[in-house]
Amino acid sequence: MADVTLMKTPAETALAQAFESAKTLLPGNVESRAQAFELFTQRGLPHRRVEEFKYTDLRAFLREIAPFASAPSVDEAKAALADAKALAGIEALQVPFVNGHLVREAVDFHNLPENVEIVPLTEALADNHDWLAKLSPVKWASENPVYQLNTSFMADGVMIRIAGPVETPIHLRFVTSAASAVATATRILVVVEEGASVTLLETHESTNGANHQPNDVVELIAGDRTNVQHVRVNAEGDRALALSTLAAKIGGEAVFNSINVVAGSATSRHQVFAVLDGENTNLRVNGATMLKGTQHADSTLVVEHAAPHCESRELFKTVIDNEATGVFQGKIIVPHHAQKTDGRMMSAALLLEEGGSMNNKPELEIFADDVQCAHGATCGQLDEDLLFYLMARGLPKKEAESLLVQAFLGEALEFVENEAAREALIGTVEAWLKARS
Amino acid sequence: MLEIKNLVVQIEDKRILNGLNLTVNKGEVAAIMGPNGSGKSTLSYVIAGKEDYEVLDGEILLNGENVLEMEPDQRAAAGVFLAFQYPLEIPGVASMTFLKATLNAQRKARGEDELTTPDFIKRVNAAATQLEIPKDMLKRALNVGFSGGEKKRMEILQMALLQPSFCILDETDSGLDIDALRIVSEGVNALRSADRAFLVITHYQRLLNHIVPDTVHVMHAGRIVKTGGKELALELEANGYADYRETEAA
Ligand SMILES: Nc1ncnc2c1ncn2[C@@H]1O[C@H](COP(=O)(O)OP(=O)(O)O)[C@@H](O)[C@H]1O
Ligand SMILES: [Mg+2]
Repeated sequence: MADVTLMKTPAETALAQAFESAKTLLPGNVESRAQAFELFTQRGLPHRRVEEFKYTDLRAFLREIAPFASAPSVDEAKAALADAKALAGIEALQVPFVNGHLVREAVDFHNLPENVEIVPLTEALADNHDWLAKLSPVKWASENPVYQLNTSFMADGVMIRIAGPVETPIHLRFVTSAASAVATATRILVVVEEGASVTLLETHESTNGANHQPNDVVELIAGDRTNVQHVRVNAEGDRALALSTLAAKIGGEAVFNSINVVAGSATSRHQVFAVLDGENTNLRVNGATMLKGTQHADSTLVVEHAAPHCESRELFKTVIDNEATGVFQGKIIVPHHAQKTDGRMMSAALLLEEGGSMNNKPELEIFADDVQCAHGATCGQLDEDLLFYLMARGLPKKEAESLLVQAFLGEALEFVENEAAREALIGTVEAWLKARS
Repeated sequence: MLEIKNLVVQIEDKRILNGLNLTVNKGEVAAIMGPNGSGKSTLSYVIAGKEDYEVLDGEILLNGENVLEMEPDQRAAAGVFLAFQYPLEIPGVASMTFLKATLNAQRKARGEDELTTPDFIKRVNAAATQLEIPKDMLKRALNVGFSGGEKKRMEILQMALLQPSFCILDETDSGLDIDALRIVSEGVNALRSADRAFLVITHYQRLLNHIVPDTVHVMHAGRIVKTGGKELALELEANGYADYRETEAA
């Protein structure tokens, strides 16, 4: 034991101390948290010699642990939400979090739209709610250290049950307004019953200049014949280290469409673990990432075709300006019984300057013989001939570049079904390009 | 309007233009004819400002201003327009978005106000109707999946909208059937005016039946080797370019 302690980094020691002092204060059963923390401790913070973290060395990125945020006052929360901009103005049921804590006053729990039921996670944990048994539906997530940390520290969240078609989107809005660095850990569980449908908007914003450390998990259990549309925006502050996980288990004849747009954070890693658990399901996971300066963004993806006859499409687009670094790691797993799987994964990066870099690692693990799977990865610069064509028509160089970058990212955004959200994302891209010129 | 003096251009150590001289006056339609590989497209790219070419000597003056010192977008704002021999496909950029962006960029460069959307649409529709361009073509990504003829019509549509003062048409007739050739030529002829000059590059004489030039220049091995009136085009059609081979050897 002494040896193990010696090998701990200061950040790991700080995490262990934080867990010791927080575990009895956090809501719910200490046992399950302690179990997760024990699993995390066995391997510690993942570093570059751990294959899945080869390009995003968390031990190097996470040298100090920020204190976990306490709940804001109602006034603080209101002020923070009034300033929130990500996907603002889209008609939606707002479920807001400030500094990682649910703003209960902003949700009318007794007057929710038809087919929507929401239980605060803190209540569910305190009452040992039935739905807790549904947490952690995907083993790929449970084995993951970032997810284990979230399970250890999760302080707030909601459990949402969708019992039928829901027209109004549900907006999970996360805002961190603390002036100095805080850590947060939220957990969302969305259970979509057979035949139900819903659009989930998820946005993350935080103050600039502080080394915030959010660790957010969204878990989705979607039954047969469900349709779930998910739009996520990382608009975190310029010094945030943002870790996030989407774990989804999808039934048969269902549609699940998820996009993650990265426009913020100093460092971010978004992990998607999706299991297609019934036949004839259609999955689309897209990413649109915009990086500048010395930003680092990692998109990690595991799609398991656990049932035959499913189709999955993964399209990740990364634009890299200055000395920023992009990472894409994607894996499609097709076990031997998942015949007629049709999976296509593509990562394309655009380097706007010499100094940037992209690490692409697409993989297929196929054990079935009658499948159609493909993956590809490209990394290039803007086409000089196209730039000349646009400039010859009168567009200054930056504008010509912007038009081509918009077209490049647009391919990933065009699958967003909610028109207002799609327009807002296009606006996010335009704002990013404008800030560049 | 356009004056080119002793232009020497190379690409990757290969000399393509060898001391080319050419003058085009305001209101004039000048044709350049020449065999494949004589440097016609290179000349058009160098006037428009493509980077790949190295200008070793000479100058290009547009209304007395040295265009070689300008970026391509500045040249466009100054009135230069090149209808490309091979218009490029731009996936993901809707034709209308592209047209609006280019038109407003040029207006901005000239200190004019941006067009309102209704005004813009009115102008596009008028030009599209004249060039028999169907509306749904404008909704698609620029030139993506367009036929050769559609791409060329799209180039002329851009020219009609941007109203440049110096228009270069690089082999606009190639890939056009007889109807499309008529439509495109009518579009070009409608733009002829005392304030505007054209440089019509073509390999064949047939385009010049529709767009009748004031002057015809023969280009060979990177130089203008002969200049004459419109009858020179007919002569070339009858005799081919064989007569000019010696010039190269000389
Ligand atoms: N990008 C290039 N790199 C190398 N050689 C080129 C390039 N562009 C043109 N050339 C050469 O220059 C010569 C003239 O080409 P071009 O200007 O296209 O002639 P034309 O339009 O009269 O057919 C040809 O021999 C061609 O191969
Ligand atoms: Mg040519």
